[in-house]
Amino acid sequence: MTANGWLQITFFLVLIFAVTKPMGVFMAHVFSRERTFMDPVLRPMERLLYHITGVDENHEMRWTEYAVSMLLFSVVSMLLLYLIERLQGFLPFNPQQLGAVSPPHLAFNTAASFTTNTNWQNYSGEATMSYFTQMAGLAYHNFVSAAVGIALAIAFIRGIARRQMETIGNFWVDLVRSCLWVLLPFCIVGALLLVSQGVVQNLRPYDKAALVEPFQVQKVGPDGKPMVGPDGKPVMDTVAEQTIAQGPVASQEIIKEFGTNGGGFFNANSAHPFENPTPFSNLIELFSIFTIGAGLTYTLGRMTGSERHGWAVWAAMAILFLAGVTAAYWAEAHGNPLLPGVDQRAGALQPGGNMEGKEVRLGIANSSLFATVTTDASCGAINGWHDSYTPLGGMVPLVNIMLSEVIFGGVGAGMYGILIYVVLAVFIAGLMVGRTPEYLGKKIEAYDVKMAMLVALVFPLVILIFTGISVVKGFGTSSISNPGPHGLTQILYAFTSQAGNNGSAFGGLTGNTPWYNTSGGITMLVGRFFMIIPMLGIAGNLARKKYVPPSLGTFPVTTPLFTVLLMGVILIVGALTFFPALSLGPILEHLLMSAGKVF
Amino acid sequence: MKKNVVTAVLMTLVTTVLLGIIYPLVVTGIARVLFPHKADGQLIVVNGKVLGSRLIGQAFSGPGYFHSRPSAAGNGYDASNSNGSQLGPTNRQLIDRVKGDVATLQAENPNVPVPIDLVTASASGLDPHITPAAAAFQLPRVAKVRGTNEGDLRSLVAKHTEGRQFGFLGESRVNVLELNLELDEKFPAQRHARAE
Amino acid sequence: MTAKTKKKAVWDWGIVRRAIWGAFVKLNPRKMMGNPVMFVVEIGSVITTALLLRDVIQGHPGLRFNLQITLWLWFTVVFANFAEAMAEGRGKAQADTLRKAKTETLANLIVEDQAPGIEGVKTAETPASKLRKGDMVLVRAGEFIPGDGEVTEGVASVDESAITGESAPVIRESGGDRSAVTGGTRVISDWIKICISSNPGETFLDRMIALVEGAERQKTPNEIALNILLAGLTIIFLLAVVTLQPFAIYSGSPQTVFVLVSLLVCLIPTTIGGLLSAIGIAGMDRVIQHNVLAMSGRAVEAAGDVNTLLLDKTGTITLGNRQAVEFIPLPGIEENEIADAAQLSSLSDETPEGRSIVVLAKTKYGLRGRELAAHEAHFIPFSAHTRMSGVDLNGRSIRKGAADAIVEYIISQEGTVPKELKASVERISSTGGTPLVVADRNRALGVIHLKDIVKGGMRERFDHLRQMGIRTVMITGDNPLTAAAIAREAGVDDFLAEAKPQDKMDLIRREQAQGKLVAMTGDGTNDAPALAQADVGVAMNTGTMPAKEAGNMVDLDSNPTKLIEIVEIGKQLLMTRGALTTFSIANDVAKYFAIIPAMFAGTFPVLNALNIMRLRTPESAVLSAVIFNALIIVALIPLALRGVKYRPLGAAALLRRNLWVYGVGGIIIPFIGIKLIDMLITRIGLA
Repeated sequence: MTANGWLQITFFLVLIFAVTKPMGVFMAHVFSRERTFMDPVLRPMERLLYHITGVDENHEMRWTEYAVSMLLFSVVSMLLLYLIERLQGFLPFNPQQLGAVSPPHLAFNTAASFTTNTNWQNYSGEATMSYFTQMAGLAYHNFVSAAVGIALAIAFIRGIARRQMETIGNFWVDLVRSCLWVLLPFCIVGALLLVSQGVVQNLRPYDKAALVEPFQVQKVGPDGKPMVGPDGKPVMDTVAEQTIAQGPVASQEIIKEFGTNGGGFFNANSAHPFENPTPFSNLIELFSIFTIGAGLTYTLGRMTGSERHGWAVWAAMAILFLAGVTAAYWAEAHGNPLLPGVDQRAGALQPGGNMEGKEVRLGIANSSLFATVTTDASCGAINGWHDSYTPLGGMVPLVNIMLSEVIFGGVGAGMYGILIYVVLAVFIAGLMVGRTPEYLGKKIEAYDVKMAMLVALVFPLVILIFTGISVVKGFGTSSISNPGPHGLTQILYAFTSQAGNNGSAFGGLTGNTPWYNTSGGITMLVGRFFMIIPMLGIAGNLARKKYVPPSLGTFPVTTPLFTVLLMGVILIVGALTFFPALSLGPILEHLLMSAGKVF
Repeated sequence: MKKNVVTAVLMTLVTTVLLGIIYPLVVTGIARVLFPHKADGQLIVVNGKVLGSRLIGQAFSGPGYFHSRPSAAGNGYDASNSNGSQLGPTNRQLIDRVKGDVATLQAENPNVPVPIDLVTASASGLDPHITPAAAAFQLPRVAKVRGTNEGDLRSLVAKHTEGRQFGFLGESRVNVLELNLELDEKFPAQRHARAE
Repeated sequence: MTAKTKKKAVWDWGIVRRAIWGAFVKLNPRKMMGNPVMFVVEIGSVITTALLLRDVIQGHPGLRFNLQITLWLWFTVVFANFAEAMAEGRGKAQADTLRKAKTETLANLIVEDQAPGIEGVKTAETPASKLRKGDMVLVRAGEFIPGDGEVTEGVASVDESAITGESAPVIRESGGDRSAVTGGTRVISDWIKICISSNPGETFLDRMIALVEGAERQKTPNEIALNILLAGLTIIFLLAVVTLQPFAIYSGSPQTVFVLVSLLVCLIPTTIGGLLSAIGIAGMDRVIQHNVLAMSGRAVEAAGDVNTLLLDKTGTITLGNRQAVEFIPLPGIEENEIADAAQLSSLSDETPEGRSIVVLAKTKYGLRGRELAAHEAHFIPFSAHTRMSGVDLNGRSIRKGAADAIVEYIISQEGTVPKELKASVERISSTGGTPLVVADRNRALGVIHLKDIVKGGMRERFDHLRQMGIRTVMITGDNPLTAAAIAREAGVDDFLAEAKPQDKMDLIRREQAQGKLVAMTGDGTNDAPALAQADVGVAMNTGTMPAKEAGNMVDLDSNPTKLIEIVEIGKQLLMTRGALTTFSIANDVAKYFAIIPAMFAGTFPVLNALNIMRLRTPESAVLSAVIFNALIIVALIPLALRGVKYRPLGAAALLRRNLWVYGVGGIIIPFIGIKLIDMLITRIGLA
């Protein structure tokens, strides 16, 4: 680890701290329908949208109607994405003349993936998706799945803030305002900033470059095997050209991070020089990932009238973030002890460390930071392959997702995710102060605990069951690319990432199989909607409750003690659920690696 | 319910047009005006011929060139097929590959530990950079093959070395393609072969 | 009626013996289903038992380990049942005590009543509990009224201060709306005949005994919520353990069912799951130990949540009766003279006020009480008609009483009233005191200052309540000036003066509209609506039937201060649940570190790095964890029954403390415990 590495990490956290309040205040204004400086432009657009779609912006919804509207929108937009994928051959903006996304289960998996804000990718972007599919299908879902997340978080916050009310807002209004006020302006500015750093933004066909030094490779026959001539010698082919994939990348790149979606335009995601060309573009992307999540903590405080509570939640997130990045940075900087004859020490001329699957311009610090951030949030973009991280370095993102991605978290999803933890923390520890547990003046009762436990249950349910099946069945293990404990981690990571709607992967696992496309698609849908519905149930129930004014006897949710308690509950619930699996995956691999074992 | 179904369909269509088509086209338009070169991928065009992009690495294997990092993109530096090796830290394939590369590299530069980036595959498979350490490691070989003195070569490397952005962001790095192009221009070598 | 029950020791052999038997009876699966955590343990035990039998028949190796695991799993279930049976046993014992506690007030049952008045009445002494609706009883001065009823004849002043909060005696007479009397109040002067209005067996005591003994216990809201949490955790751990097997198979190290069941049982929250119902039962039991009958556990829980306490001034905040603190002579009168006169007039006055006058004269002016019979003293007792008392002695006629009554008396004796008297009277009234004027025939001597005395330690208690976030409001019939003075002295947060029943009701509604929970005590029929409206309504046992019906608790001691203790018990109940839940979950960390390395170190010796307790063998590690898990239930039974020690601290301080003790402690203790058990069982050769 280097001082400069820590400087970058610290600088990043300071930026996030700085943006929290302005972003939080802005969102509180937007969703309380107070005036913002963007109104003159956006308000007419908003009205027009409502006019076309028949939305009554003053209509208030009970939580059930809110949930139904959200589900309807998700189903319709998921269907549209599936159609676009399958019909892209007939659609415009397809200079490479790419055919339909196939097989159908891949198209299903991708549609589920982008609708659920997961962006798990069993395809390679530049080889599969036309520009139209990328823009109107994938990037579009990057917007709306994020907007849905923000809407849901705001609905939950309203549930806490409202008193004896049946309704929690209007889904359509929250959706539209998320898109127009929060996402779109930031993305236009951010996209142009990224272009200034070298992220491409065009609709041109892929370029062909004449290689400076052409080279030879063994030809691959029609059967997919390397060809061997009759003389027994390999048949060689000269590669003299480089095809450079292009596309409208910047406009998608920015919403990919800002909406914590994570689905790369290219296969290599944010490691690709066209997606993330400079350290500054890397910083913009990191910043975008956390901005809304951090801002929502302040929005929470603002809308519920306890800004200090918002900061207490922020602090818990920040500390867990630092813990994760420290562990990942330490492990990656330490390098791989199994490699002899190499220099992995950090020095003036190189960052050292485990550079397999990492980019030189980003180095160890930025890669560890990115892996931590992308999984703290439910982003899933990567700038280095987690599969090639050291066992502990790779365990950090895995654990982050297992903790439900509540460390600043996915847009909206992180907020309602951590609020579920808050409900549990307040309930367990709240009893210890000798009162019926209260959260910001709302009593936490059986119904709330039941719904919170449902949310807490769904996660291990899908992850552990699908992983359990996959590790003992041939259709599961055949996809493993790294044998030994690492293979277990690959599968565990896949389902954890999909259940958590993260989308990052231990990329060596062959995901494009009927089993993984189908089980993964189900995992993503369950991981998103089966959590949202009970969560909205709590929101609706809290909104109905009376407000109990705070007193000295009230459970404190604004103190450092609360911050510690919240972290404790997050860690203990997550760790207890997944410790056995982790001990046979990354922990075992780490111990074996230290002992010099190779698979 | 029925009203919400209609709204869901209309909302999907309208927002698709707005966010999925208008937004990226507007951004493309503005980018074209403000950063035309960058928006198109910073292609290196010599005499009307595209030689590559300064952001996309290329494979070099001749002793007279600075070598890029190992690549797992397609057949190597396939810019329509970006990927990393996806090899885990305890995977024998990784260990064997690195051992092989280390053996080759140490043959030209004995007893010096090989900078780690030179024997590890990048994430994109298209990494245009190597570390200054990796450039320094290869410098004696290139100088020998090109028949130049190391000092001149060192300053050329320095010219293509980018420091940390704003003094603290990212890592120092050497752009291999640009370095090699200028190498060919400045120190055209008689003896070096293009490909074995 | 009052019978203080002593706190019983936790391990009472009689109860323990019955509980051991009960622990086995409760193994009935239908009974276990109500407790999902322990039900899972029971199923696990059944499975391992079946497998053990199979192993015995087929002669598998590893029998000794598997047998021990199976036994300890059963012990875990039995221990949990034992805890519940212990709590129930204590409750039953409590009910027995209650039954004995129904010590009898003896009533004068009228068996023959020939004419109005008391001369023609024949009575028979009858225990109050034998009185039936419609029975007639006679109550004379100095006697307690044996039960609720209607005055049918006579007029008497009755001291209802313990109930109504008014220190002045009230007049009860037949007919009209002053005819209702309540059991437990006391006739001070004259006599009354009463028609009893309730049957035996309908008393709250009787009902409560049935409640305590009844096997059906309603779960409280928080208990239900906690049960859901525990069931959820159990499912999560079930998933974690069941899916561990495929992971183990992938890793080439499949596990036996014995080990998997052991891991599961260790992980699911058996500690709190096993003790949860015991905590609830014991909480109710503690309430009863304070001689309070709670109609439901819900009410006790609600007591912990109370934000506002409405306390009647008299009897709660101040001593039930006022005391003389000062003699104020009129101009021209010596202080000694008024003191002497006041003492003389009070010598036969057995009321607390009267005694306090005698005491004050003695301590402050050195006047000794005298035996006056020799002086042919003639005492005039207080009567409801004259509203004064006094003594005729050696030609003097000393009277003391309410200002207007004495003024009337002086005027009737052709005396004059000096205008300074009025000033003195008003001055005392304005500071919250009660003036009592003393006169000698037609000459006014001065005023006795009677004052409400705030009970010792009240201020500290209110401070504690404030720290707990509970606001106290004093309810009094006094004027605002008086009320403010006493409120200030007692340190309550607020007061409601000149309170009429409707005011009380309005106050409760106002507080509740702000989302607050309100507790109050009451006794009179006119308190009934307020008692019903309050979230916690404690009726005095001496109160009227309607009051007792309306409240959700009855205090057998009729001690209004008890409300504070009930609040504390409610809080303690919730704290104990929270603390043991935290402890239970925190324990899992150590259990993982014991069992996971034990499971896989055989295949992967490197995993011994996780065996941070350095447990001897895989078998001893698993066994130690299971044994610890079972024994901790027994070890915590006393805590569950007694409750977590309550401290009057703010929520933040309380939370910090309990998190240290039960959270951090819960992580550390099992590390030590499991290590010790491991050392022990390897030493004695069990593993």
